[in-house]
Amino acid sequence: MIAPLHLTTEEVLLLLENVKDPEIDTVSIIDLGMVEAVTVKNRHVSIKILPTFLGCPALEIIKNNIIRAVKEHPDVVEVSVEFIQSPPWTSDRIKEKGLQGLKAFGIAPPPKQMKEDGSWHIDCPYCGSAYVTMENIFGPTACRSILYCKSCKNPFEAMKPISNLM
Amino acid sequence: MNETAKTLSPDYKVALAELLLQLADDDFLFAYRGSEWLGLAPHIEEDVASSSISQDSMGHAAMFYNLLEELGMGKANDLAHARPANDRKNSILLERVNGPGNYMEDAQFDWAYAVVRNYFYVQAKKVKMDSLKQSTYGPLAEVAVKVNMELYYHLLHWKTWFVQLLSTTEEAKKRMFQAIDKVMDDFGDVFSQGARGKQIMEFGLIEEESVLNRKWSAALAPVMESLGLEVPRKASSKIQDGRNGEHTEELHKALSTLGEVYNIDPVAPW
Repeated sequence: MIAPLHLTTEEVLLLLENVKDPEIDTVSIIDLGMVEAVTVKNRHVSIKILPTFLGCPALEIIKNNIIRAVKEHPDVVEVSVEFIQSPPWTSDRIKEKGLQGLKAFGIAPPPKQMKEDGSWHIDCPYCGSAYVTMENIFGPTACRSILYCKSCKNPFEAMKPISNLM
Repeated sequence: MNETAKTLSPDYKVALAELLLQLADDDFLFAYRGSEWLGLAPHIEEDVASSSISQDSMGHAAMFYNLLEELGMGKANDLAHARPANDRKNSILLERVNGPGNYMEDAQFDWAYAVVRNYFYVQAKKVKMDSLKQSTYGPLAEVAVKVNMELYYHLLHWKTWFVQLLSTTEEAKKRMFQAIDKVMDDFGDVFSQGARGKQIMEFGLIEEESVLNRKWSAALAPVMESLGLEVPRKASSKIQDGRNGEHTEELHKALSTLGEVYNIDPVAPW
């Protein structure tokens, strides 16, 4: 007799490593700290996701990609994905691997902390220089800003810091 | 309907739905008027910034409509698109056109008006979100925390424009003063909670109108002071109250443009 397979949370988390940000293929939703909870019950998987920004148009795409990725596991019968607001996603949830993945894509990771006056510091993701200027706090997506490196003369993007202090 | 919603008393639910509609309809129209500026803003960076703010704000409207859906008040999409103008609870200020003409052609939009309306409204929204963080309705308090984080950038943006335009040429100042008057003429219902305001306050959903209004003035005071100006006062008499479904022709037109796709095919996927 073959022992019944038990689908574990760890297996689901491994599959979620394959769900990338739709626009940044070097970071997964796990790396970005968007996965809040995974529960497995009788081969039914339910996943709770924290949106980075409420109006992010990529959310539906991410949801569908999650369902597709998790359904690849032969033991999965059903997958449900729910977006929740609490706890709120903050940029300090991004894991070390995510910070590296963003850099590899040419996006400066958000600063670990803001100064008391609300300012923050970003280094160029290409050359590491601190000699950068902010061109626009708002960027091509809700979560990014546009900057320019005066050292290596490259424009680049940075993830906006989002924190509970705001 | 979610689990929390099932345990609410009917009176509480009525008051809550009323407040949620006000919040949702405000941001829905605010985001729409903002999006009409796309391609017309003073420069390309502003185009990126203001459309990003509009996108965030539409996301906030969607969250408030979703909270209504969870209460069993109908589908979020239908609440956003299918309700006629006289059912809308938004402030009159947010339905006003950006200026003469149409965004597709011969638009003569007024940037000073946009800056003043956006700064004053976003500051009012910030005051409301801060208050909602203590709301007796948990799911709304949670959304307010998240909205507040995004609002930080919106407020910074409009405050910067406001201060800069009022610190430059005489022409800029003149136009800004005209815009301030025009915005304040419509500011009477921004903090209004409509006919059910008393219940909204008694159930602890949000602080009362006068408290919020005072906090708004206090937040604006240092900025106005730095410009050598006084905090503007709203028009003394409240001519119309959008919270009670009183609106202008401008809202009818906005809704028919906004709802064009929905009205052709209500189940079209977006």
